[in-house]
Amino acid sequence: MDLRLTAKAAATDAERAAVDEVLGPPPSQWEGGARRAQDAHQAFGGHAARGRRHQLITVLHAIQDKAGWISPGALDYVAERLTVPPAEAFGVASFYAMFRTVPPATGLSPGTVVHVCDDVACQVAGAEALCAEMTRRFGPEGADRVPTGNGFHGAGVTWQRSPCLGKCDLGSAALIQRAGTAAPRRDLAPVTPDAVRDALAGSGPAAGVPLGVLVPQLSSRTGPGFASPDIAASPGSGPVSLLRRVGRVDPASLGSYRAAGGYEMLRRALRLGPQGVIREVRDAKLAGRGGAAFPTHIKWDAVAANPVRPKYVVCNADESEPGTFKDRVLMEADPYALVEALTVMGYACGAEQGYLYIRGEYPTAEGRLAHAVAMAREHGFLGPRVMGESFAFDIEIRRGAGAYIAGEETALINSLEGKRAEPRNKPPFPAQSGLFGQPTAVNNVETLLSVLEILRVGGPAYAAVGTPGSTGTRLFCLSGCVPAPGLYEYDFGVTLRTVIDGAGGVAGGRPLQAVLLGGAAGVFVGPQALDMPLTYEGTRAAGATLGSGVVLVLDDTVSVPALLRRITRFFRDESCGQCVPCRVGTVRQEELVARLAGPVSGEPGSGKPAPLGSVAAELALLKDIGYVTRDASICGLGQTALSAVESAVKLGLIGTDFTGTDFPGTDSQGV
Amino acid sequence: MTSVFLETPRRLVDVEIDGQAVRVPEGATLLDACRARGIDTPTLCYLENLTPVNVCRVCVVEVEGSRTLVPSCSRTAEAGMNVHTDSERVRTSRKMVLEFLASSADVSLASADVRRWIASYGVDPSRYGSPAPDAGAGERDAARPGEHHAPAGDAAATVGQPVKVDNEAYVRDYSRCILCYKCVEACGEDAQHTFAIAVAGRGFEARISTEYDVTLPDSACVYCGNCIGVCPTGALMPLSEYAMRQAGTWDESRQTVTSTICPYCGVGCNVDLHVQDNTIVKVTSPLDSEVTHGHLCVKGRFGFEFVQRRRREE
Ligand SMILES: Cc1cc2nc3c(=O)[nH]c(=O)nc-3n(C[C@H](O)[C@H](O)[C@H](O)COP(=O)(O)O)c2cc1C
Ligand code: SF4
Ligand code: SF4
Ligand code: SF4
Ligand code: FES
Ligand code: FES
Repeated sequence: MDLRLTAKAAATDAERAAVDEVLGPPPSQWEGGARRAQDAHQAFGGHAARGRRHQLITVLHAIQDKAGWISPGALDYVAERLTVPPAEAFGVASFYAMFRTVPPATGLSPGTVVHVCDDVACQVAGAEALCAEMTRRFGPEGADRVPTGNGFHGAGVTWQRSPCLGKCDLGSAALIQRAGTAAPRRDLAPVTPDAVRDALAGSGPAAGVPLGVLVPQLSSRTGPGFASPDIAASPGSGPVSLLRRVGRVDPASLGSYRAAGGYEMLRRALRLGPQGVIREVRDAKLAGRGGAAFPTHIKWDAVAANPVRPKYVVCNADESEPGTFKDRVLMEADPYALVEALTVMGYACGAEQGYLYIRGEYPTAEGRLAHAVAMAREHGFLGPRVMGESFAFDIEIRRGAGAYIAGEETALINSLEGKRAEPRNKPPFPAQSGLFGQPTAVNNVETLLSVLEILRVGGPAYAAVGTPGSTGTRLFCLSGCVPAPGLYEYDFGVTLRTVIDGAGGVAGGRPLQAVLLGGAAGVFVGPQALDMPLTYEGTRAAGATLGSGVVLVLDDTVSVPALLRRITRFFRDESCGQCVPCRVGTVRQEELVARLAGPVSGEPGSGKPAPLGSVAAELALLKDIGYVTRDASICGLGQTALSAVESAVKLGLIGTDFTGTDFPGTDSQGV
Repeated sequence: MTSVFLETPRRLVDVEIDGQAVRVPEGATLLDACRARGIDTPTLCYLENLTPVNVCRVCVVEVEGSRTLVPSCSRTAEAGMNVHTDSERVRTSRKMVLEFLASSADVSLASADVRRWIASYGVDPSRYGSPAPDAGAGERDAARPGEHHAPAGDAAATVGQPVKVDNEAYVRDYSRCILCYKCVEACGEDAQHTFAIAVAGRGFEARISTEYDVTLPDSACVYCGNCIGVCPTGALMPLSEYAMRQAGTWDESRQTVTSTICPYCGVGCNVDLHVQDNTIVKVTSPLDSEVTHGHLCVKGRFGFEFVQRRRREE
């Protein structure tokens, strides 16, 4: 490929060093190195050169972490190193929210960006007050500035609102991107402006990756029945428990994991053989926990049976569904278990390479997993002969860069290939043509940990837990108006009431207004749904969904219209923009909900609603928008983008105030 | 129709479309099957000479047993499929897709087919309110992924923005862009292999862009104009045509088309000369040409000025 590089300024030494740290020094002038005599006589390009494209996002991360933005010069250097046209590389860089393609304010480079969560759970916990305080202390959202006062001094800081950061049980959360430092990404929760100031001044607790520390460092809170005061997780009480080790093993220590029974399940899997493992998973009737509830054994069987080689297995740890934090707790508390489970998956599917795609907003979990992978490799649990057997397997961790859509499995595969996270049309399914066009299986973190439990108790015993249609246990992410938000594990079959009561019931004994089940892509249910069993079949019968296990409890003081505005903003922001129904439908939905909900205090850009026609006309329009997004969108994002709003309308939580009457001002605005 | 080379005979597949049996060669798409039946199926992002990207979703059909509608342009016909092309579901989704596009982009110069579909599906873009004011120059290009100003709902967002005129060959009026990806495909793997443009940003702020929105002269563009040739909305337009439209002198009813062969090199590309008032105003190449598949190079597409210069000197 003949690249035309157009940047006016070449990459700085620091930018080149950041790239070379990932890719090694450039071997020839063709790849951006110094000119050597033989370069004039040697052709360079072809598959080998283009075959490195998949490292694009890794390299962009390296530049962002070092320089605070992706400069044109740095992008050109990357283009040369990976044989990617600059326009295409820019298309990728400008897709992900954690990459910046404009420089930090003059003279303040490298920049610092503080992402403050204002998503659904944090909204309920008071995110607007926090954002107001951030504005007071750090200036308006999005503005590059040097903060003064409060003793803070430092280079340019920008703060901005962020979608859910997966700390919903902690009440508030922030991610700090701080280029050029030893901890370029750092998660903080709960967060206050003072905590941000201290973190930026370097006086906060050690950044990023607290390794070698024992369990109570976990960034979560206690649920009932747990000894340590810092752990949110309450494990299931029956024979199956995904959270059994959480709070009991040291996430930094392979020895501690092994002492708790770690790697016995991989040993068992190696004895059962790949088909034996798949049989157990089938007998267990395991359904995927990432949201779609697809039977896991079908995927694994399709990949295992596919004669094409090589094959890949991928763990989807992109957890970005607003309100969801289960995978983070599992990865922070029990990282070796995920490494072991992914190894089992690789063995069952006949793959030699696994990828673990973790969202970029989880530096703590990523650090612990990276450590776990390295230790596993060092001790022969990964590598050419796993546990001394003739089974070769290794794991590479890949970091997302701020895109909810990258959690959709085919978008995730594109992201792994170094592309924009645009979902693919299915068929073909990943089991036929996935990563690099090869057979690929993708599973959620919770699904994989469930496989370890299946191997521990046996498929039939696992299937005996729960209900016939929903086997095993399920993790629920409790947040909102409950006294003890956190991660709870229950055998399938419990009712919504039990789960809410388990977290202490509605805080302060207030009346329950509604529950958001399954996250932003889920639905609102009212108090009349309290006795609904939280099973696949139970929620389906009620027109609800379990989704990723979100249970966001809302008392009578919460403004549902304000939450709907946040949700519709989320979908518009996170749509990949590829297909028309979702790209425009999410915009039209947001506009419509803005008209129905009216202004929301503190929300950026909220003004007076300017209704179109009657509420009836608005609801008819909503129905049409819902129709096309659900029926004609490429992927699940568009297909579920209206479910929360539609369910809220059904419950009368929005769109009722004026029913039957015209909005004021209809005539001047009318259709 | 593209002329078809005889290949090894392919197996045939039987499907049912709107209750009628249709037999198509294995590997044919549902769109092929619909067209074989003479069913008018709208398409925007599909073109015979490009790889299907199936993003516009206007070609959707209902396949029994499928949870959602499927894009006919890319879905392979499978034996026994039962397809509906005119059900309530299909009509609603097609109408909504066209309505979404018409309410967010300027489709007034879209092809006659597109305008016909907009009329026949009963599209009413005014349902979303009056269009929001255009963005300023460069504003959409500066949009950051995952951020936007929450709207008040009093106006319908559009992709409106000033026209980009930065070179002597063609203009880019992205107010008309429906993000069909065709120009990117034509510039890249499907024809030109120059990769001067790509889709940047995401969501409603996704846009066709060079790296960092540099001007075309600063980019890798070689002015082959193949992106113009595939653009369905008039977003990409030769400067000659744009200037005449601005001056109010562009008049297709006074234009004739002369098919000939490009005089520049030995490839012998088929070219169609669009002539108004005895002056060449635009050059295109027919999609079904076996030589060009509709694609040309800078000389064939833009190098016609010498014809009129010489005449003027005489
Ligand atoms: C918009 C969207 C976002 C998704 N995000 C995630 C995610 O963050 N984590 C996840 O495991 N699955 C996510 N999924 C579901 C995946 O596409 C896929 O179904 C899942 O990873 C399969 O694993 P499972 O069978 O173990 O659930 C998402 C789907 C959609 C449509
Ligand atoms: S539904 Fe939305 S997120 Fe999914 S492919 Fe279409 S535009 Fe992208
Ligand atoms: S004129 Fe040719 S090279 Fe330039 S952008 Fe269009 S297709 Fe690409
Ligand atoms: S400029 Fe034209 S061809 Fe390119 S995406 Fe937009 S509408 Fe399609
Ligand atoms: S961390 Fe704020 S909503 Fe999840
Ligand atoms: S023509 Fe089929 S999706 Fe666009």
